[in-house]
Amino acid sequence: MKSFWQRYARNVGGLIGLGILGSIVVIALFASILFPVSPWQMQGAPLLYPFEEPGFPLGTDMLGRDIAAGLAYGTRVSLFVGVVSTAFAVLLGIGVGACAGYFGGWIDDALMRVTEFFQTIPQLAMAIVLVAIFTPSLPSIVLAIALVSWPPVARLVRAEVLSLREREFVEAAIVLGRPTHKILLDEILPNAMPPVIVTASLMVATAILTEAALSFLGLGDKNFMSWGFMIGAARTMLREAPLLTVFPGMAILITVLAINLAGEALNDALNPRLRERGQ
Amino acid sequence: MPFAGFIASRLFKALCVILAIAALNFVLIRLAPGDPASVLAGEAGATDPNFVLELRKQFGLDDPLWKQLGLYLWKVLHLDFGYSYRNHVPVLQLIAERLPATLLLMVSSFIVSLSLGVLFGALAAGVSFFNRARWLDPLIMTVALIFYATPLFWLALMMVIVFSVQLDWLPAFGMENISARYTGWDRVRDIGEHLILPTLALSFFFMSVYVRLTRATMMETMLQDHVRTAFAKGVTPWRVLRRHVLRNALLPIVTFAGLQLGQIAGGAVLIETVFAWPGIGRLMFDALLQRDYQLLLGVFLVTSATVIFFNIITDIAYRFVDPRIRVGGGAK
Repeated sequence: MKSFWQRYARNVGGLIGLGILGSIVVIALFASILFPVSPWQMQGAPLLYPFEEPGFPLGTDMLGRDIAAGLAYGTRVSLFVGVVSTAFAVLLGIGVGACAGYFGGWIDDALMRVTEFFQTIPQLAMAIVLVAIFTPSLPSIVLAIALVSWPPVARLVRAEVLSLREREFVEAAIVLGRPTHKILLDEILPNAMPPVIVTASLMVATAILTEAALSFLGLGDKNFMSWGFMIGAARTMLREAPLLTVFPGMAILITVLAINLAGEALNDALNPRLRERGQ
Repeated sequence: MPFAGFIASRLFKALCVILAIAALNFVLIRLAPGDPASVLAGEAGATDPNFVLELRKQFGLDDPLWKQLGLYLWKVLHLDFGYSYRNHVPVLQLIAERLPATLLLMVSSFIVSLSLGVLFGALAAGVSFFNRARWLDPLIMTVALIFYATPLFWLALMMVIVFSVQLDWLPAFGMENISARYTGWDRVRDIGEHLILPTLALSFFFMSVYVRLTRATMMETMLQDHVRTAFAKGVTPWRVLRRHVLRNALLPIVTFAGLQLGQIAGGAVLIETVFAWPGIGRLMFDALLQRDYQLLLGVFLVTSATVIFFNIITDIAYRFVDPRIRVGGGAK
């Protein structure tokens, strides 16, 4: 474990990413303490500039809502959707990939056809259709994003399982008569995890971008303030108040950037072989 | 595998995928909360009960499910995507009017993002290769990383603020200035001007993907034996980089780019929404606003079909570009 941190810490970008990510998590956790009033509540004069009036460090939008509060509450939706939908996608991908790789034959063929199918169709378009038809809500958004983002995990896990299946320790387990599910869960999957963890960390970033796109299009959960919604709502004021659009976009950009930086450092730390080969 | 056979098998596969998407659409309509007939009617507020009854009959909603599915697939095969009750036109007609604009946007973004991506990726790999101007490598990679984290639609809005609102260089909305009634080359130039911002906004994200991929693939290729051999033969470094490294790296890049088309199509929905580009992406957004589910599913189907069509074209292109590939048969 110590060497893992040492390898991670060698990556400066990774440390910066982790630092930013940590502060974002803190903001998400304490949003309701920092901003006790709901971000939907009108609180001041509309369209205040940043610092024009004390108490509104980033100004207000066209309805007098506090931009800073909106951004703080938006972190919750982004992080929640990013993490939870990725978790579902990873579980689904591991299930499909492990079955395909381990059993092979027609099961592999069938599962890979399905995977290919989901990879061919435009992911965002499918997410839009799913959320629109099942009415926009946090659960439908999470499920839609999970449903369009599992294929890469399935392919990755399948490839890992295919190569691990031939290894001696797995053959030994088979000879010893261990049940199939035990071999998969105890012997094969733990060894297939490092690349999956790296992929998953980057998938969180993509999921956050997808959620932002959905709520920008008006497919967000109306009970929660989100960055994509703020951009969508501020769009009509692009000429008069461009900052309303700039701030939430910067929030998305910084969050996604931090996750990507952390993910790359994670990759260096977990797959040291790849790192050396790349240099 | 002979060429005709290859084409036939690819087309058959494409047909299967399209039918599968149609089946998925069918399932979605049935899973949607509420009565399928009213969902199909676009939840038209005060719907006339007779109208819903007629819809039930038209879609055979009182038949067993498998029969309904068969009917639906049969209709899709005959390019009957239903009727948009909001616009009072068949869905196919709406889509056909809008498809060319989307194709124009997708193709131009694909070309721009791929060529810029390969160019900058090769530049980033090249400076370490020649050990000159090394600072370019981290600079290019940092810019790529930032674009990779930027939401497409937000970048589009920022470009509107800078290039349309502030500088007033380029038009921000629509595909052409209809009131000017341009014809001939004037019209081409007008559409070209309208095309610049949407194309760039859609391209930057994918460009950053290709930059990273190109650099990584070239770095890996540089370590291979044939590159060392080329050097040993006395080939000039510039030629090695072009002929031995870049050329070999190009194929996986183009393969990957072909797979990314689905994402470009998805991005086009956002970009068309921002720029009021009259394509099927914008149509999808309008369908969302109007809860016109027939139209929504039709656009989804056609968008997917477009991506599949381009994938087939990429596959065919390989057969001509790389003699090592015998598509479909060579791997076995």
